[in-house]
Amino acid sequence: MRLLYFAWIRQRIGRHEETVERPPEVTDVDSLIAWLRNRGPGYAEALKDASAVRVAVNQEYVPLKHPVRDGDEVALFPPVTGG
Amino acid sequence: MIRVQREDFDCGREMAALTRGNTRIGGLATFVGLVREVPMTLEHYPGMTERKLAEIEDEARRRWRLEASLIIHRYGRLEPGEQIVLVATAAEHRAAALESCAFLIDWLKTKAPFWKLEETASGPRWVEARASDDEAAARW
Repeated sequence: MRLLYFAWIRQRIGRHEETVERPPEVTDVDSLIAWLRNRGPGYAEALKDASAVRVAVNQEYVPLKHPVRDGDEVALFPPVTGG
Repeated sequence: MIRVQREDFDCGREMAALTRGNTRIGGLATFVGLVREVPMTLEHYPGMTERKLAEIEDEARRRWRLEASLIIHRYGRLEPGEQIVLVATAAEHRAAALESCAFLIDWLKTKAPFWKLEETASGPRWVEARASDDEAAARW
């Protein structure tokens, strides 16, 4: 999976993107966020409140129960503030 | 038409280009968003940004009979007073132009993946999403 981070989630994690092998227990966005929280203190801080995180899979907004698959592009970011 | 760019834009030139040669157009509505008070840096999600803006524009064209439409959104570092975004819609009559222009900026604000980092006196601060923006988008 290709993971992308934006805005303060990117800053707290300390990187813009990474490619990871999907562990078997990661089947949806919810379980991906739970797995990422254990990757380090920056991840835990960035993702501590899942309600503050918006998620896009393959560039479409999805809810936390949306499945994730090998090869997906998953982006995690705060609510958008453009315009 | 969608453009996501670092460079500034010339509203007059864009409006002229949008309506040129189409004499069915009787109304052209525009919205220009400006940087208020402090410098900011706009970050976005290349690829998804263009995709969402195109979807929003398609939705406007489903809801209103438009002769032309244009969304330009900038990214990168911007100074107070600089232009951030241009939304322009052209139709036979004013109602479709005005309504679709308001619709586009309301939906853009809650759906297009942009984030603003303001340079405040007390340091950099990510702008927080506002409930009033969600309410404005929901009225459509």
